[in-house]
Amino acid sequence: MTAHHECKPLLESLSDYVDGTLDEALCTEIQRHMADCQDCRIVVDTLRKTVHIYHATAEEPEAVPANVRARLFRSLNLEDYLKPQE
Amino acid sequence: MSDKKPPDISLEALRDGNRDEFARLVDAYSGAIYRLAMKVLGDDQDAEDVLQNTFLNAFKHISGFEERASLSTWLYRIAANEALMLIRKRRPETTLTDTATEDDEGKDYSPVQFVDWCCLPEDELLSTESKRYLDKAIHRLPEKLRIVFILRDLEGLSIEETSQALELSQTAVKTRLLRARLNLREQLSSYYGERLQDRSKVK
Repeated sequence: MTAHHECKPLLESLSDYVDGTLDEALCTEIQRHMADCQDCRIVVDTLRKTVHIYHATAEEPEAVPANVRARLFRSLNLEDYLKPQE
Repeated sequence: MSDKKPPDISLEALRDGNRDEFARLVDAYSGAIYRLAMKVLGDDQDAEDVLQNTFLNAFKHISGFEERASLSTWLYRIAANEALMLIRKRRPETTLTDTATEDDEGKDYSPVQFVDWCCLPEDELLSTESKRYLDKAIHRLPEKLRIVFILRDLEGLSIEETSQALELSQTAVKTRLLRARLNLREQLSSYYGERLQDRSKVK
């Protein structure tokens, strides 16, 4: 990627490319470039994987620990709403 | 939270000071706000402070909520401000050099690592140890990049919602997101690159 002078401008479009929001002409350009540039191919694949892995970790449930929830409700003067969920 | 169905909260009831509705609002969004704060700050107590201040501020200012953004984006905005304020408060020794690093402008983001670790199995990529590293890697990001990455890629806000929550232009959000992702890719390439080597030694 560092050796090819055309790699750098493509770098700016990579986020849109991995999100699938890049316009078609630029997509084609990136794909054509990747066919000849192994480094770029690796960067795109590992960038996509990086985003994918973080998405996967974020799918875990969003739970507030019970004691944190209790203190939150008390700080908001809503402690009378605590009982039904406990 | 944005890609899930938003809970049916009545803004009118909130503005009327209806406590039932406030309690419902807190239960609907506290999980996401707490997780955001934990990811940004990496500390239980700090995250709890941000959680409480977010809802205290939301209650206080609900009459000023103007519906230009969704209720959830508005809550994220309050939480992001609270978290960033806390980071700045905890770091009074910040020098000019640190500020320059935080801005991270002009830094070269060209990739330097070209290890293809995509072939590692999912259970290795997402093992408990790997997850700990993934969190650590987020904390190594400059805060301005970190908050954009967390809202967009962990909380699933759109570019537009992230720009509303952080009061940044969409172009700035995109630039910071790309830098955050490239930075994380480098960090993960070092980490998973080593895992890859370990595996080839075993074989």
